[in-house]
Amino acid sequence: MSGHMNLTLKVWRQKDAKSTGKLENYEAKDISPDMSFLEMIDVVNESLIKKGVEPIAFDHDCREGICGACSMYINGEAHGPKRAITTCQLHMRSFHDGETITIEPWRANAFPVIKDLVVDRSAFDRIIQAGGYVSVNTGVTIDANSIPIEKEIADDAMDAAACIGCGACVAACKNASATLFLSAKVSQLALLPQGQAERQIRVEAMIDQMEEEGFGNCTNTEACSAVCPKEIGQHHIARMNREFFGAKLSSPKK
Amino acid sequence: MKLDSKIPDGPLADKWTKHKFNLKLVNPANKRKYNIIVVGTGLAGASAAASLAELGYNVQSFCFQDSPRRAHSIAAQGGINAAKNYPNDGDSVYRLFYDTIKGGDYRSREANVHRLAEVSVNIIDQCVAQGVPFAREYGGLLDNRSFGGAQVSRTFYARGQTGQQLLLGAYSALSRQIHKGTVKMHTREEMLDLVMIDGQAKGIVTRNLETGTIDTHSAHAVLLCTGGYGNVFFLSTNAQGSNVTAAWRAHKHGALFANPCFTQIHPTCIPVSGDHQSKLTLMSESLRNDGRVWVPKQKADKRKASQIPENERDYFLERKYPSFGNLVPRDVASRNAKEQCDAGFGVGTSGLAVFLDFADAIKRLGEDTVRARYGNLFDMYAQITGENPYAEPMRIYPAVHYTMGGLWVDYNLSTTIPGLYALGEANFSDHGANRLGASALMQGLADGYYVIPSTVSDYLATIGPKPIDKNHPAFAEAKAKVEAQTKKLLSIKGTKTVAEYHRELGLIMWEYCGMARNDAGLRKAQVLIQELRVDFWKNVNVTGTNEELNQQLERAGRVADFLELGELMVVDALARAESCGGHFREESQTEEGEALRKDDEYCYVSAWQYTGENQPEVLHKEELNFENVKLTQRSYK
Amino acid sequence: MSWFTKTVFSTSVGRKVIMALTGLFLCTFLAVHLAGNFQLLHQDGGEAFNLYTKFMTSNPLIKAISYVNFAFILAHVVWGAYITYKNKSARSVGYAVNNPGKTSSFSSRWMGVLGTMILIFLVIHLKDFKMAYLGITKDLPMVTYTLENDEKVIVKDMFSEVNLEFHEPIVVGIYVIGMIALGFHLFHGFQSAFQSLGLRHPKYTPIIKTVGFVFWGLIPFGFAIIPLIIFFR
Repeated sequence: MSGHMNLTLKVWRQKDAKSTGKLENYEAKDISPDMSFLEMIDVVNESLIKKGVEPIAFDHDCREGICGACSMYINGEAHGPKRAITTCQLHMRSFHDGETITIEPWRANAFPVIKDLVVDRSAFDRIIQAGGYVSVNTGVTIDANSIPIEKEIADDAMDAAACIGCGACVAACKNASATLFLSAKVSQLALLPQGQAERQIRVEAMIDQMEEEGFGNCTNTEACSAVCPKEIGQHHIARMNREFFGAKLSSPKK
Repeated sequence: MKLDSKIPDGPLADKWTKHKFNLKLVNPANKRKYNIIVVGTGLAGASAAASLAELGYNVQSFCFQDSPRRAHSIAAQGGINAAKNYPNDGDSVYRLFYDTIKGGDYRSREANVHRLAEVSVNIIDQCVAQGVPFAREYGGLLDNRSFGGAQVSRTFYARGQTGQQLLLGAYSALSRQIHKGTVKMHTREEMLDLVMIDGQAKGIVTRNLETGTIDTHSAHAVLLCTGGYGNVFFLSTNAQGSNVTAAWRAHKHGALFANPCFTQIHPTCIPVSGDHQSKLTLMSESLRNDGRVWVPKQKADKRKASQIPENERDYFLERKYPSFGNLVPRDVASRNAKEQCDAGFGVGTSGLAVFLDFADAIKRLGEDTVRARYGNLFDMYAQITGENPYAEPMRIYPAVHYTMGGLWVDYNLSTTIPGLYALGEANFSDHGANRLGASALMQGLADGYYVIPSTVSDYLATIGPKPIDKNHPAFAEAKAKVEAQTKKLLSIKGTKTVAEYHRELGLIMWEYCGMARNDAGLRKAQVLIQELRVDFWKNVNVTGTNEELNQQLERAGRVADFLELGELMVVDALARAESCGGHFREESQTEEGEALRKDDEYCYVSAWQYTGENQPEVLHKEELNFENVKLTQRSYK
Repeated sequence: MSWFTKTVFSTSVGRKVIMALTGLFLCTFLAVHLAGNFQLLHQDGGEAFNLYTKFMTSNPLIKAISYVNFAFILAHVVWGAYITYKNKSARSVGYAVNNPGKTSSFSSRWMGVLGTMILIFLVIHLKDFKMAYLGITKDLPMVTYTLENDEKVIVKDMFSEVNLEFHEPIVVGIYVIGMIALGFHLFHGFQSAFQSLGLRHPKYTPIIKTVGFVFWGLIPFGFAIIPLIIFFR
């Protein structure tokens, strides 16, 4: 295990949604390579409090890569230099002594900054609310095994369903597009027999909502899949596109 | 106070059906006149909010996270139990009931647990209908696995992300209701107090975490689905935000808190690497199916594991429990690891870890098979520790994982405050002194989807749909109280950070109220916690103001409550001088050093009543009657 | 608005379909155009090329297709510009430090700039040749050929004009640069069009990638090599 290190952080500080922010420099001293990135920020924050400086605000919760809360743009990359992980799973052994690390919030007009590194991702919730579900009420439904589902189909649906809604796809996309996020849900439900009844209205409604939220257009740069902590693939976007044309060409909606 | 658990009469298997018939219903046209507040959006909260809104009630849902989808249910890995008996291996509702009662070390109610087992089958149907992509066989039917040492395969799973998939199912149902306007969703809004009118719950006080606005919300019933309190230990597998505040503040209004000392400590977690550690990461206990647990026979042996010859290794679980070996239940595995480390045999830089070795499994099955079974867990381990578990054994150590205790509830999930309900991990009800693997998800969804929609109507029909007067002084008073506490926290401006207090509390709890407890240690802990609490209110430094996003202020309020809860846990552990489930009292062991339960003296639920600041809490006992199962001592020899 | 106009104007997926369909059409046009350009390499004093030019500008079906072609170029440009504008305005505050090269290809990120380069090239190209041929910028001399059936045809001597232009180093330079831009544009654009249309499958995507090489590699190379050959001939 290598020794402790000293780092310089350039962190985006912004008092609230209305203020303009700027990058501030902080020293991160005596950082263990075994720390997670967020634990490093914890250490810096404790030292800031001791100095009477307001600590850096950032979203985080589970710290094991599944809740999707943490969201930092580190040295120009969503969730930092490693692939298939979230910021909370990034460890300081990925950095070296004396390094300068720039930390910025997700940037997208659909994700306005609330404070420092905290952004408002409620647009994602509204996209799901527009149709990212199967309309079944709680009750006694048919037996779970009454509809067999091909294993490959179920696995593909699971690949899509693994999305944690962190927003790295939007952050990394040069167009701030939410297409990968949206396609993951559309694809999951389009694959499963349970999602068939609302297949057409779902994709139309969700895409309309994405438009309304002010996300950009997908231009297939594939940066989203590259940074996705759950490695959600581009074929889900292709499937969503197919679903969309199918719906547009044949749905009863005028 | 006489605790009435409202358990229906009649044969065990008929109780729930009969009870549902006896419960009053609310006329469909009247449902929209009732407001229901649901706090928390985990499995219990999201499923309850969605189900109640579907029935026609007006629901307001609250979560402190930025989205309801982030609730910590999302992190559950292993699976969800259900008595479907798809594999035809002899499972049944009764067997799931029996296993849960036994696994809980006979400290839970028969009727509740049987109901849980009954509705478990509906949960799977419901989730599949929502589009939850459970694992399937090549024939297209659902796959099941055996989990946590169960003799039958009744666990449904979605890779290692079952909690996530179930939560997203409930979240999607909730989202649908939000879209319809039947649920009003409040994100980044934390409940800080309960509003009581004439002894009944009539609303809550919240703080908007973005703006600091403190607000009141009225309702005919309030449902607390706020999860467990494992973070009282500072280090746990819980999310950073998981807290006891909502439940604790309800407790201070008169809701009894049951079995607070029952804590589950999970044996296969990644060990602490230093003082900076903010949380512990659990790895599925399925690892123990193929991994062998050992420590060096020589104390403080600093050699690399691969350099320690076979005859200098102590496979202590296999040695002590020849029939169960590495698959002993969670509490036994955890306690034995601690014993080894306390005796100086621990490994790693801290000495607080034991080896979990896959070398034999790799030799027997090949690395590819091991990778196929546990690849994601191995990757996770490598990610966190920077070590390759295929080459060197993993180091593991137990970590606080789940709290069986919680607000006392009756069969209807009602707390002792009329109109206030507790669901999921926030209540104490179904797991007794120890929870079985893959049962937490089952309970959260059972409470939310199937129990509360039936039981809450009985109360609502009784009180009637009359609107609640928001001008009642109780609302203003509750709000003023929260504002005063916030102001107080911000005004101390002492020298210690909130995190420092939290860490200190955690160390006390872990040392004295962790895997093994004794009278002297618990008494000492009580004093230490009291002192720490006094110091907190004199010397804590909460930066910033109320009128902004202030994560220090949020945490300060939560730690303040943990400082009170911690003492109650210690008091509860002191009062229960027996060993049962996750609660191991060193004074109560068999000659072989195993947990000794004392059914004659302690076969009850401890329900604690708050009596005022710095006043001792009063213990109420709900006797547990076992009419269907015979109490036996667990043995894994 | 009808469902159709609403789809292609105000949904991001619909807008991308316009880009994909017009783009793929223009790809087929490129193939046809290149086939014609190879007539320049005949050592026949320009007969094949000049006859081909005549055919391409007088056949009514081809004329009709050329109008469609221009319409598609226009649509591709207009939609492309609109998408670029929408995309720029989806992020008004950018990153201080950005490192997109690790997650996406150069081509995919510079489609707008590459497209603009191609558009500029196209304007120059049309001015140089199309307008000359139409007699707007130049008055091309006429040549007479005798066909195999002894029929005599009088056509404009486009070949000499091309020959003349392709001996100008600047013109050749512009053509080569234009074709490099086209190559990069199609490196992303060709397969991206299939993705936008939802045509992605483990079985067929490798075929699309292979055919894509023809379009981003061989065709721009073919276009660029002709002026170079003429220049050095």
